Amino acid sequence: MSKAKLMQGNEACVEGAIAAGMRFFAGYPITPSTEIAELSAENLPKVGGKFIQMEDEIASMGAVIGASLTGLKAMTATSGPGFSLKQENIGFASLNEVPCVVVNVQRGGPSTGLPTLPAQGEVMQARWGTHGDHPIIVISPSSVKETYEFAIRAFNLSEKYRVPCILLMDEVIAHMRERVELPDPSEIEIVNRKKPDASIEKYNPCEDYDGDGIPPMASFGDGIPFHVTGLIHDKTGFPSTKPEVTQNLIDRLMGKIENNLEDIIDYEEVLTEDAETVIVTFGSVARSALRAINLLREEGIKVGMIRLKTIWPFPEKVIQETSQRAKNIIVPEMNYGQLIDVVKAAADSKCNIVGLNKYVGELITPEEVMAKVKEVINRA
Amino acid sequence: MRKELEKYFRANRLPHIWCPGCGHGIITGALMRAIDNLKLDKKNICIVSGIGCSSRAPGYLDFYTLHTTHGRGLAFATGIKFAKPDLKVIVVTGDGDCTAIGGNHFIHACRRNIDITTIVFNNNIYGMTSGQYSPMTPKGAYATTAPYGNIDRNFDLCKLADAAGATYVARSTVYHVPQLIKLMEKAIDHKGFSMVEVADICPTYFGRKNKLGSPVKMMEVLRDSAISIKAAEKLSKEELVGKIITGEFHNEIAPEYTEEYEKTIEKAQGGC
Ligand SMILES: Cc1ncc(C[n+]2csc(CCOP(=O)(O)OP(=O)(O)O)c2C)c(N)n1
Ligand code: SF4
Repeated sequence: MSKAKLMQGNEACVEGAIAAGMRFFAGYPITPSTEIAELSAENLPKVGGKFIQMEDEIASMGAVIGASLTGLKAMTATSGPGFSLKQENIGFASLNEVPCVVVNVQRGGPSTGLPTLPAQGEVMQARWGTHGDHPIIVISPSSVKETYEFAIRAFNLSEKYRVPCILLMDEVIAHMRERVELPDPSEIEIVNRKKPDASIEKYNPCEDYDGDGIPPMASFGDGIPFHVTGLIHDKTGFPSTKPEVTQNLIDRLMGKIENNLEDIIDYEEVLTEDAETVIVTFGSVARSALRAINLLREEGIKVGMIRLKTIWPFPEKVIQETSQRAKNIIVPEMNYGQLIDVVKAAADSKCNIVGLNKYVGELITPEEVMAKVKEVINRA
Repeated sequence: MRKELEKYFRANRLPHIWCPGCGHGIITGALMRAIDNLKLDKKNICIVSGIGCSSRAPGYLDFYTLHTTHGRGLAFATGIKFAKPDLKVIVVTGDGDCTAIGGNHFIHACRRNIDITTIVFNNNIYGMTSGQYSPMTPKGAYATTAPYGNIDRNFDLCKLADAAGATYVARSTVYHVPQLIKLMEKAIDHKGFSMVEVADICPTYFGRKNKLGSPVKMMEVLRDSAISIKAAEKLSKEELVGKIITGEFHNEIAPEYTEEYEKTIEKAQGGC
């Protein structure tokens, strides 16, 4: 049976994670993500799960990877400064295909920035924060309900593709309260990582046995000894510096995302069919955009929205198609201009692409979106 | 290699990367001997390391092995042990890996008294990056980044571990292998956080930079400067300069982290 509950975004994140099977959380307190740690501390032991407050974010990320290697579904949560600290180990998880969920509740930056105020300054860091070419999935909710659903989806994607998944929230969504209809546990789709065949003679931890680019994953303690290293490695898991080994590994890792775009990419289109002006946005800003669209439509202005649920891999195709139809694309974001560059790269050069940027620790309002739309239309 | 130890090594991963005369192989061998003496089930042991010459050891050993990021071995190991307390978890780490970049993780692992054994390969230098000083390089010694002599003061790692809350703390050297094996056995057998610091040699960098001569000469220095805790008690501070005090510094039973958390689970689930 489903049940309705009034909750905060951060609470929905923990509820969703536990429903998805999270049984391990390691973290370090930081506003505006702290409630995620606190609620994990309270709720995980109730289901036999484990919570640990580590000495810093680097350690938290390391502990999460260690726990996932033993087979537990593991998560950590942080905000800007802590997200920076986690990056080296996020790269380790990505290279070694260790499923894990990293929640980043964005606040104003850079540095300590605006600890209590919202921002969307980590669009690029979420993709490229760790060094080197690597696969990663980034999804971003626009409501409390979606935070619950995306926490589940983050685990599912991470387990399915053996890729770290970043749940990119912002302070508005994290602290907002909404009524959420929680589904009956039996209705929730849960994905678990695939395990090697028990009868396997010699297990190669990084061998693509099934030809889908995703090696089955044994756990420490399962009875099959194996090696995991942050060095480039071959299918046996041991280090190699051979060019063809590196090429195969990186191509396979990137291929896990590139060959599954349809499954991973998710977005919502609102009134885009006849829209001359399309707003491309995500997270809490999409709420202001939606309100603006409704008001503008009442005035007869043909405006629509593509709301990105998956940010990385970036939904290039829909942007490209839309840009061939629409005259203008407006990209409102709570930063100095990050997503807009990717939109520009994907869009048709004839389309007029305009940013709406606010980086003062305040949500972009519907009025600001409306004003921008009118300005763009009148200028044309 | 002794026949009975062969099963612990990944023969196809050998030869190892270590320089001739490096002490890392001796420590790795002693660790395998200790595991063998304790008759532990190989399939229940996880060996974790950070980055450095010493941290390459797990790759040669046939257990669940994890070669992590520089200094972070204990953080990953904490996740493993906490998630799966049945596993024996052993961390192998260099003096730089453990006390510089990993220093914070080290003191907190000591403090939690989580049941992990840490073996510190202390060659007083950063070997892998070719000879820079570490927090364990003695004052006055030379390193590529201390061309005029090191002015940093070094840690006494056993005192540090003890003060931070480790419940088993010992030190030996690569010259004193029988003692080293014994201390490793006790550390692995100990419930709680245990640390064995091993005075080690890096002839390639520390030895050359400090004109210490051949690996054999460096081993002789270890032989001559090692002194037991008891004997050290009778010496003055001045007399102790340059000495390596060996033996068991601390051995105490205290509540272990993962067991304490089991009680938390009981409480959360409404038990008393
Ligand atoms: C984050 C990071 N910083 C620096 C390095 C470079 N690095 C690799 S090994 C090492 C020092 C290793 O020294 P130690 O731990 O004493 O081990 P040894 O090589 O002497 O056995 C350093 C600085 C790295 N790999 N990662
Ligand atoms: S550089 Fe030093 S520590 Fe590294 S393998 Fe050579 S002798 Fe050993």
